[in-house]
Amino acid sequence: MSNVLEVIGIEKKYPGVIANRDVSLQVREGSIHAIIGENGAGKSTLMKSLYGLIRPDAGQIKVFGSEVNLKSPQDAIELGIGMVHQHFKLADNATVLENVILGSEPTRFGFVVKYDQARKKLLEITKNYGLDIDPDESLSNLGVGERQRVEIAKVLFRGAKILILDEPTAVLVPQEVDELFANLRELVKNGLTVLFISHKLDEVLSIADDITIMRQGTTVATRKPKETNKKELAELMVGGELPKPKAGELKVSSESILSIKSAAYSRADGREILHDVNLELHGGEIVGLAGVEGNGQSELIELIMGLAQPSAGSVQVLGLDAATTLTREIRNAGVAYIPQDRQRDGLLMSAPLWENRILGHQFADPMAKGVWVNKGAAIEDSKRVVDEFDVRTPGINVLASALSGGNQQKFIVGRELTGDPKLIVAAQPTRGVDVGAQAIIWDHLMQARSKGAGILLVTADLEELFSLSDRIAVIYSGTIVSILNPAKTTPEDLGLAMTGAKSA
Amino acid sequence: MTKSRIFWGTIAPTAAILNSLLFVYIILKIRGVDPVEMFKLMVSYGFDPRNLVSEINQTIAYYMAGVAAAIGFKMLLFNIGIDGQYRMGAFFGAVVGAAVSLPPILHVLIIIVTAMLAGGLWAAIAGYLKVKRGVNEVISNIMLNFIAAAIIAFLLSPNLLGSLPEGSQNLQTKPIPQSGQMPTIKAFEGEIYSVIFLALFVGIAYWVMLNKTVFGFNLRATGLSFRAARASGVNAPGMIFITTVLSGAIAGLVGMGTLLSETYSYSMAFPSGYAFTGLALALLGRNHPVGIFFAAFLWSFLERSAPVLEFEGVPPEIVIVMQGTIVLSIVIAYEVVARINLRQQQRAVGSVNAESVSNQAANVKESK
Repeated sequence: MSNVLEVIGIEKKYPGVIANRDVSLQVREGSIHAIIGENGAGKSTLMKSLYGLIRPDAGQIKVFGSEVNLKSPQDAIELGIGMVHQHFKLADNATVLENVILGSEPTRFGFVVKYDQARKKLLEITKNYGLDIDPDESLSNLGVGERQRVEIAKVLFRGAKILILDEPTAVLVPQEVDELFANLRELVKNGLTVLFISHKLDEVLSIADDITIMRQGTTVATRKPKETNKKELAELMVGGELPKPKAGELKVSSESILSIKSAAYSRADGREILHDVNLELHGGEIVGLAGVEGNGQSELIELIMGLAQPSAGSVQVLGLDAATTLTREIRNAGVAYIPQDRQRDGLLMSAPLWENRILGHQFADPMAKGVWVNKGAAIEDSKRVVDEFDVRTPGINVLASALSGGNQQKFIVGRELTGDPKLIVAAQPTRGVDVGAQAIIWDHLMQARSKGAGILLVTADLEELFSLSDRIAVIYSGTIVSILNPAKTTPEDLGLAMTGAKSA
Repeated sequence: MTKSRIFWGTIAPTAAILNSLLFVYIILKIRGVDPVEMFKLMVSYGFDPRNLVSEINQTIAYYMAGVAAAIGFKMLLFNIGIDGQYRMGAFFGAVVGAAVSLPPILHVLIIIVTAMLAGGLWAAIAGYLKVKRGVNEVISNIMLNFIAAAIIAFLLSPNLLGSLPEGSQNLQTKPIPQSGQMPTIKAFEGEIYSVIFLALFVGIAYWVMLNKTVFGFNLRATGLSFRAARASGVNAPGMIFITTVLSGAIAGLVGMGTLLSETYSYSMAFPSGYAFTGLALALLGRNHPVGIFFAAFLWSFLERSAPVLEFEGVPPEIVIVMQGTIVLSIVIAYEVVARINLRQQQRAVGSVNAESVSNQAANVKESK
């Protein structure tokens, strides 16, 4: 079989980070090719390059043997590359057929849509590939699995020969996963090629013909399922060597700062996100929460901050019951919160920096004096944060949106570490910041720890996890599956725990 | 900093008004009228002392509507329900004012508080529906405007709360006695409502609340980013509800000047349309208490001086065209100014970064 898609030495740099370097990939015709890797391993960057969403700085992409220069998704589609996004891009109030043809409607005179012709073509596709969907069904009646089939049909309708599926199983329940895999096998049987991105080793081993592993922006190996096993894949994903824990004396206090006992959380639609979570955090230690994104980390943080209520169990923060305590009281008690999504949860983007200094601290001295905002103190302390954390800005009257992401993050960290908090909930504290800023932030977190603060560090960055954590809690599928000692943990242990292959 | 802020704050409304003048100039020119003459005529008529007084009185009502809309805008709420809230306020203020007998100042206070309560409670319906049921406030408020008008029409029937004075076709509430009336200020050749002091107070209180208090910070934070406000510890849905009620309470004051200093009773003759005007004024005045004042005065001035155009054979509706183009231009002008502003700041941030990078490079060279 020949290669339908070939990637040779792709490189993509963003300011401060190298997202892809020396990425090479060979995809055989009619195969299911899986790409696995940690968060931030560069999978999405590679897929964006292949779909023409971004342009690599160096390297070649060959499609059906000839080198191509993809300037936009339109170019990719014309070459027969189709993308099924993880988050569906469908219109709820239209029918399946309308959704499928939207944007590439067959028309008469350029404006009259030829629905009959489109329906015939769609029915042919669904019949040939065994995609079970009714063209005239309204999309609002469809479940997640069916919606995904609509997305696939949409891509096939545009004549795709190579399908890229971005973590397609993340949103599916097990039966739906089986259906999807049946569909994928049908597709390759008909000569199409599937590129499949995943975190889950079991799935990859069961469906893929080839597995390429990515780590730290590059492709490290390609294996066939028969020639490998979960252990090896996990090790390849996480890397042979883990960063050594930072030397630093550990002065763990007996005071329990955060105590989570058999906590569960269900969404309004009844879906259970967290179950039986147990975690203890003491003053003076950093507990790293490791896990593939979307396994309940965000929800756990919401429970701790009093932004959501547990459906069972208890969450005690500094002796307060987080289920019945207001977020502002939790914050006032000495909890600092560095949110994962800094622009949406951590900043008022169109407000000046000094006002952002107040955010989250407006209910206590010194940012508030009774019912009044203390503008003077806010301005003074903003200047201090800008200095101490090296926030690159001409002044504190600048809007938060004018700063770069890394500088926004430094400002948030500086703000939250003010006033010696007792518990610090830090979610991805150095995501997207440059190396220098990362060092500053790490240093301040370590200082806070030696001053006796307990830190819950939620991070997808393994280096950060291992350099800072005193203990590592691994979360998988809504519960903490193991607590690891970073000094004694092998990459294999961590990789297996994070992918749910082992529960301790 | 302050100087440039005032400059950037006033350049957009000025540009919008100039743009609208230009548009009207062209229209008048096409009609074969001399636009400059027209404008001169409007100005001399509008600034005639007798007209000035009625413009000021109208400005008071518009100002309250503008501030009510601005409070909503700060929360990204489009309070199109100002009309209904103002009616409820004026009506129940009139009913309670006529029903009680109290010493003078207290009597007036009771009426004002009643009006604010009525307006606020009416708005609370829309606030509750938005926060608890996710109903868009524009839709609920439009319907609430109709419902308010219908309820008042029903309650105004003579056997309920209304009366039909002899020789009048106009149903109205019973008159408020002397002790509940507010004096007027003799100025120029007319009488200015003393409610102007209440409007002044509302404007100052609005500004202080918004910029100086924690409550105002929370309000603005929630309007800027619901999620960030929530994560910071603000009860964001609660803030949306309270803001809606506050906006309604201020809207309840729109009719006070007319009620307490002129008619002393509520009737079906009370004008409508305060919602649209209020929203336009808040937009033009950039939600700033001083800006809204100028906007309100401009609106009153244009409306008052429109009839003079008729003597010259120009339809007075040209003023509505002017108001419309001002509102359209202002939306665009603010967006343009905001973008220029952000770009300038980004450039400033960029130059700081470049500086530090070159410093670093220099340091590296030195160390070598």
